[in-house]
Parts: sequence; structure tokens; C-alpha cells
Amino acid sequence: MIPASFDYVRADSVDAAIAALTEHGDEAKLLAGGHSLLPLMKLRLAAPSVLVDVGRLDDLRYINDAGDHIAIGALTRHRDLEISTLLASAAPLLSHAAGHVGDPQVRHRGTLGGSLAHADPASDLPAVILAMGGTLVATGPNGSREIPASEFFTGFLESGLAPDELLTEIRIPKLDAQGWSFQKFNRRAQDWAIVGVATVRANGSTGVALVNMGSTPLLATAVMDAVKSGATAADAAALANEGTEAQSDINASSEYREHLARVLVRRSLEESGLA
Amino acid sequence: MQITVTVNGVERSGDVEPRTLLVHFLRDELGLTGTNIGCDTSSCGACTIHVEGQSVKSCTMLAAQADGLSVTTIEGLADGDTLHPMQRCFQENHGLQCGYCTPGMVMAAVSLLDENPNPSETDVRIGLEGNLCRCTGYHNIVKSVLACAAESTGASK
Repeated sequence: MIPASFDYVRADSVDAAIAALTEHGDEAKLLAGGHSLLPLMKLRLAAPSVLVDVGRLDDLRYINDAGDHIAIGALTRHRDLEISTLLASAAPLLSHAAGHVGDPQVRHRGTLGGSLAHADPASDLPAVILAMGGTLVATGPNGSREIPASEFFTGFLESGLAPDELLTEIRIPKLDAQGWSFQKFNRRAQDWAIVGVATVRANGSTGVALVNMGSTPLLATAVMDAVKSGATAADAAALANEGTEAQSDINASSEYREHLARVLVRRSLEESGLA
Repeated sequence: MQITVTVNGVERSGDVEPRTLLVHFLRDELGLTGTNIGCDTSSCGACTIHVEGQSVKSCTMLAAQADGLSVTTIEGLADGDTLHPMQRCFQENHGLQCGYCTPGMVMAAVSLLDENPNPSETDVRIGLEGNLCRCTGYHNIVKSVLACAAESTGASK
């Protein structure tokens, strides 16, 4: 399978990438690791006329301690997240989940920014960043702006990025985590989650986010509110499907997904230390 | 577009369409047909090569993305007539049945041991999760990789 024809532009700086996006508008797509976009293009489900390759922007490949938060460059690869000693101590949920994305070959190429900008509700890391209360930094012709993860995912494969904006940084609040958990249920190791749950408990609150339970990654707000009010893991998990719109597909019916969400949210809360 | 890729230590140039996949550049332009195409959907790992020393599925990378980078294929592992230790361990442990997945398995296994020189059996099974053997010959594949790891860690002691 070969993608439809396109023009290829390799950006050698953030400014050059934004200039190319400004020039080509919504005909252009950004290419980072390519492990979400290229499969879609090979299936001709996406056919951008211009690809702007930002994969060589090594300036955007970093994981830094920025005082009250961890700053991660958008071009940081899943493998970098997986083996980061800083993340292992400051954000173990993220490094652990990154080690469960796809398979080693995918993790060598795929990037955090690419995964978030692709906004696939079945991907692992969007839900992880949601649960952790992350902030995304978008850079465009008029400078940078911050977008809370809770406002970033606007629809199926749609994000709050403007056509001329590039996701440049992801900020994770430094949490004194009391517990965390990542649950991923799939049939084969390299598959997307049929349902996944990311949980982090810190600073008196609990973030719970769902993978593949709607058209976007979702915060399980009813579960989070119940935990805050003192509910047990089992009682809170019973609310796992509030606000979700699980789809039926070849892997699972929506009813099966809803059952899985309740089970995995309970396991996730328990593993993160809630009675 | 013109690209130059260092393939198995030799600079190779070519004129490719932007949409040319790296695996097609290797097989069709350079004649390096050791890298197989299996599923063509980045699931099976038959097309695994190394880019800058790390395992990558070459069906999910554009040739243009490899411009200026260093690539190793299965043809680049052996030193003349002397097989790479991983190739020899696959041979000695019968780590193959039909052989179609073997180039990708070997490349993935070499990358795995680079990252974890002393893996457990579980580490090897998880580390090869991106490679499928439709003969289901996994038992001897895992045995081959463990044998190679034992040999190289033993040799370095």
C-alpha cells in the first residue's frame, strides 16, 4: 500500500514549520514520527497534499525539570519517555504507559506530540496526559499559547490546534503522587486498547481518564467527583460510563466496553491505592 | 526528490517520489531484498531494519525521512562470510521455520539486546512483541535470542 502523492517539505526550525503551514493551510499535515499518520495515508483515509516533516527538530526533543512542572518537547519519542529517569521519579504513570504504546519499533519512532496532536481516542498517551492534568503549548505565527489537556481534544482525530499551529511542548504538573495506575486491555500486545484507564492520585485529588470510550479521550469526571466525596473504589467505578459514548466495532460491542470500563476503573483505583 | 542514505555503511543515493516507503527504496531501488514485506500495516515486523541503530518498521517510514541517516538491513549484519552472532544463534537453535519473519526477527532481536544485554525469557518475549511468526515458531526464536545474550554477556565478563 502506497500513499497518494504529496509534496514533501522538511522543516529545519519551528519557524520554518509554521511558515510552511501558513503557506499551505489545511492542505498540509505535519509529519513527526509518522506512526499514526502514515498508516492512515497508506489506507488513503488521509491524503494531505503537503507533508511538513518536523521529525528532525531535535530542539523539541527533551524532558526537563522546570521547577513546578516537567517540560517535554513535542518531538520526544515514546522510547525516550519510557527510559527517562526524571519521569520514572516525577511522572511514573507517563513513562510506564509510554512503554506500552505499540511495540518497540513503534516506540523508537512515535512521538508524544504526534500522539497528542493525532487525537485518537484509542491512543494511550492522550488519556495519560488528561489524567495528569497536563498543559499543551501550541506555537503559531503569533507566538505560543497554552491549552489545558482537558480542552485540547475536540472530536474524533480533532484537536484545538489551528491549521497554522505546531504543538511544541507538553507540561506535566509535578505531583507528589500517592498512587497511579495504567490499565490497558487488548487482545494482542501491539493492539490499541479495547478500553484503557489512566489514574493518578495526588495532592488530595484523583485524575481518571478513559481510552477508547468515546470520540475523544475522556476524563471520568463522575468517578473523580465520587472519589473526592469519599466513595470506595467499587462505588466510584460504578459511575465509569457517565458521559461516555462507547462505540461498537470488530473488537467489542459498546456494552462490552462499558463493562470493561467499570472493571478497569475499579482495578485502576485499587492499584493506585484507593480502598 | 534526491535522497542519500548510508545503507550498511555505504552511501546510496536515489531519486524517489516523496511517497516512496523506505522498504521499497531498499528492495526496489537498491535491490536489498532481504528485508521482507509482510503485512504492510506496521503490525508484523517482517520489514524491521535499524535506523540510527534502533529497530524500525521500514513499511511505516518514508524513504525521504531516512535522507541523511544511517540504515542497517539484514544484509549488513554479517562480516563477510562470518555470520553475526545473532544470525548464528538462530541457525544453531533452529530459530526459524519457513524463514519469512526471520530477517525482521533478527534485526529486532539485535536491537533488543543493544537496549537490554541480559534479558529474561519474559523480556525477550515482550521485546519481540512487534514481530509475528505465522509458523508460530516462537519457542526456538526466544531460545536463539537467549543463547546469543548468554554468549555475549559471557564473553564480556
